[in-house]
Amino acid sequence: MTTETSSELTNGDTSESADMALPPLIEARAGRAPRAVSATLPNGLDTLVIRRPTVPMVEVRLRIPLPAANSATAAATTARGSLMSASMLFGTAQRNQERLANDLAAVGADLSVSADADRLLFSTAVLRTGLSTVLGLLAEVVTSASYPSAEVAAERDRLGQRIAMALTQPAVVARMARSRRLFGDHPYAQTMPDLSVVAGLEAATLRRTHRDRVRPYGATLVVVGDVQPATVVRQATSAFADWVGPARKSRVMPLPDFDPVGITLVDRPGAVQSNVRIGGGAVGRRDPVYAALQLANLIFGGYFSSRLTENLRERNGFTYSPHSGIDNSAAGSTILIDADVASAVTARAVHETWYELGRMALAPVTQDELDSARRYALGTLALSTATQAGLASTLTSLAGQGLSASWLTDYQKAVAGVTIADVQAVSHRYLSVSSLATVVVGDAALVENSLGSLAALRKPG
Amino acid sequence: MPVVEATAIVARVPVRAPTLPAHPLHRLTLDNGLRVVLAPDSTAPVVAVAVYYDVGMRSEPMGRTGFAHLFEHVMFQGSAHLPKLEHARQVQGSGGVFNGSTHLDYTNYFEVLPAGALERALFCEADRMAAPLLTQETIDNQIDVVKEEIRVNVLNRPYGAFPWLQLPEVLYDTFANTHNGYGDFVDLESATADDAAQFFDSYYAPGNAVLAVGGDFGVERATEWVSRYFGRVIARSTPVRPPFGEPALTEDRHAEVIDPLATTPALAIGWRVPDPVDDLDAYLPYVVLSELMSDSDASRLEQRLIHRDHLAISQAMYLGLFGDPFDARNATGLMFQAHHASQTSAAQLITAVEDELASVASGGVGDAELARVQARIAAQLLRQADPVLGRTQSFAAGELIHGRAEFALELPARLAGVAAESVAAAAAELRAQHKAVLELKPGAGA
Repeated sequence: MTTETSSELTNGDTSESADMALPPLIEARAGRAPRAVSATLPNGLDTLVIRRPTVPMVEVRLRIPLPAANSATAAATTARGSLMSASMLFGTAQRNQERLANDLAAVGADLSVSADADRLLFSTAVLRTGLSTVLGLLAEVVTSASYPSAEVAAERDRLGQRIAMALTQPAVVARMARSRRLFGDHPYAQTMPDLSVVAGLEAATLRRTHRDRVRPYGATLVVVGDVQPATVVRQATSAFADWVGPARKSRVMPLPDFDPVGITLVDRPGAVQSNVRIGGGAVGRRDPVYAALQLANLIFGGYFSSRLTENLRERNGFTYSPHSGIDNSAAGSTILIDADVASAVTARAVHETWYELGRMALAPVTQDELDSARRYALGTLALSTATQAGLASTLTSLAGQGLSASWLTDYQKAVAGVTIADVQAVSHRYLSVSSLATVVVGDAALVENSLGSLAALRKPG
Repeated sequence: MPVVEATAIVARVPVRAPTLPAHPLHRLTLDNGLRVVLAPDSTAPVVAVAVYYDVGMRSEPMGRTGFAHLFEHVMFQGSAHLPKLEHARQVQGSGGVFNGSTHLDYTNYFEVLPAGALERALFCEADRMAAPLLTQETIDNQIDVVKEEIRVNVLNRPYGAFPWLQLPEVLYDTFANTHNGYGDFVDLESATADDAAQFFDSYYAPGNAVLAVGGDFGVERATEWVSRYFGRVIARSTPVRPPFGEPALTEDRHAEVIDPLATTPALAIGWRVPDPVDDLDAYLPYVVLSELMSDSDASRLEQRLIHRDHLAISQAMYLGLFGDPFDARNATGLMFQAHHASQTSAAQLITAVEDELASVASGGVGDAELARVQARIAAQLLRQADPVLGRTQSFAAGELIHGRAEFALELPARLAGVAAESVAAAAAELRAQHKAVLELKPGAGA
């Protein structure tokens, strides 16, 4: 067994034959920056097209903002968004559910509709030859989804069952508990539709909500693949010509402050593992220190080579897959730290996580750590935008914050310039234990006593 | 509301199955027996490296359940020139991602990186093929990690690993095919460094592995690097792989499990299907059938169980325990699973599924429906082939399981050639043979 450090390995190990040294990295040729053709259609729909003919396929996304205006409407908006997305493909003015599904499948498409606290999202891949068909069907859905009453009623029951099933999953329980702790009265606290609100929904309500909220203004169409962008813009202009609505921007409520003191303990009797969830405020993609925070996040827990993985998993064996990341939502960004740990070591795992946060906040990272995180951030950005699907999803996510493809280039430059001092500064501000809230879902009988020695325990809100 | 004649926007011309972009494959076999597939492609400045070892959960000896997967974890714990954690640091610090996974018939290790890191990735993979560090300390650490993996994926959640951990016990008889591939905690906890050394010696010989490299590189240079780093791995004897096939079921089988964390029931059904390697022509119609039955909103089971009869909360029919029809050898099966409300009985669901199979068997498959299914299959294969890692893995799996990396390139045309009558015949065969049923009963009270 050798004991070289990574930097010594990079410089070559003279104790063995030359070719046993770790090979050098060669500067790769730069990937082609995505050339996006963007257009705002006459109806206000922002359209973004990128030619990427790697396979004869096209990725299509249509993002429509659907935020709740305030806490009073959050429950209704979440429930309606969920049932709308589940029922939207049940028929149009021209087609019933089966016909619509058949016509989509005939061009290789499988259109999915999902809803979250920010938006509705239509997503599919389609054979190159079927793009105009998919755009036509998508336009038909947004302009004339019929929400047939009997089918919506059956889907409402099925949605209720799916929610009930989800509520038995510890990861879902943990996400809900952390969101309530961080977001309080904000609509983001509502991560799952209320069963009782779903049960009261009628098809007529969905039709009305669809009319009011499924509008082209503020929506974004993203098309990436084996296409000619100018042709796609023409096709989209024609397909969506009859989708109209007022030029009204949906307003997003800013994120509230929260009280970071104490550990929220959610009792899950019989649990054989505890879900540790930590969270707090972060900066978004427009912020000048976003790149530094991303690198700080990577070094702390954002990839396998992080301090958190080394500590919790590789040194202590407390957990399988600890992770931290930055969630970028329309109302603001949040840092999220997750670890599912054995019940017996729950408090020790929280303590070690806090210890690693403290190290980030108080002491500089090493140059090796920074260089590794930087190369990882740049490399994985290139990987994730090297495929049609990855590029389409990335651009759609950026559009959610009103950002265009050029942000990717700016971000790469910003990452390249981050210094140790930059990482230290953002870590002190955003990775301090005192600014983060900790939530644990687990068997209280097994973990309450030891967790209580770390901080005051709070009841779930 | 605009009135558009539906036919105006829906193409009536049949969609021709597109083919995968041409990928010239280069192959070599090193003196130590390592089979190598090189698939250059310069569309993006990235490369993928995949090493597939011909050993999976089915090869685990009695008393060592879960060992193939535990060993996969241990392979990340360092090697002769890379201390613990260094493999991850070298790959990620080069801007790449890595992982490994354990399947029934193979265990794979893979990286995707910027093109300039290819030589380093080859060095890292070769180093652990030659000499992984197999110490009791790292094994004990990874036993703890694997136990947490099992808790998060199986023990601490409802429907954990349903049905892949439980259905094989009903569908098969031999230890190889029925045992828990995640492993009993008792077996895992007793694993030793000697076991690991023996497992490595038996199964991780270069002659028992395939290396595939895909993406942006020159063939000559890559060949030189592969020869330099992997060429020095010492040849060892390769194991004789026992056949894992089993005779057909002679009667219907039925079992129940109680899930203490579930509040609503679930159902799984398994049928044996033809040998996916030695009898590929007979197997391919089942691939088309599973898509026709269950893929997308247009499929027969989605229409029947979800939209028409409201019998299920969700449904899926697929080939192979993990849903990949081409990653296992014989024996393998067609699986169906559904979550359903307590008011619906498992018997109602089974009857509906069998009805739909009978309807395909007797009513056949129309041209339009077959064209739809073929379009969906083509689209999915193309989409999987877009990322360099997906392509490279399919070449490695093709070489290992089917003896030909080209298998991945030929698959779209072969599936497009499956005739409607063959699909109907496959459905008829399923109706004629016996099935294995597993009911999951909720133990948590609704």
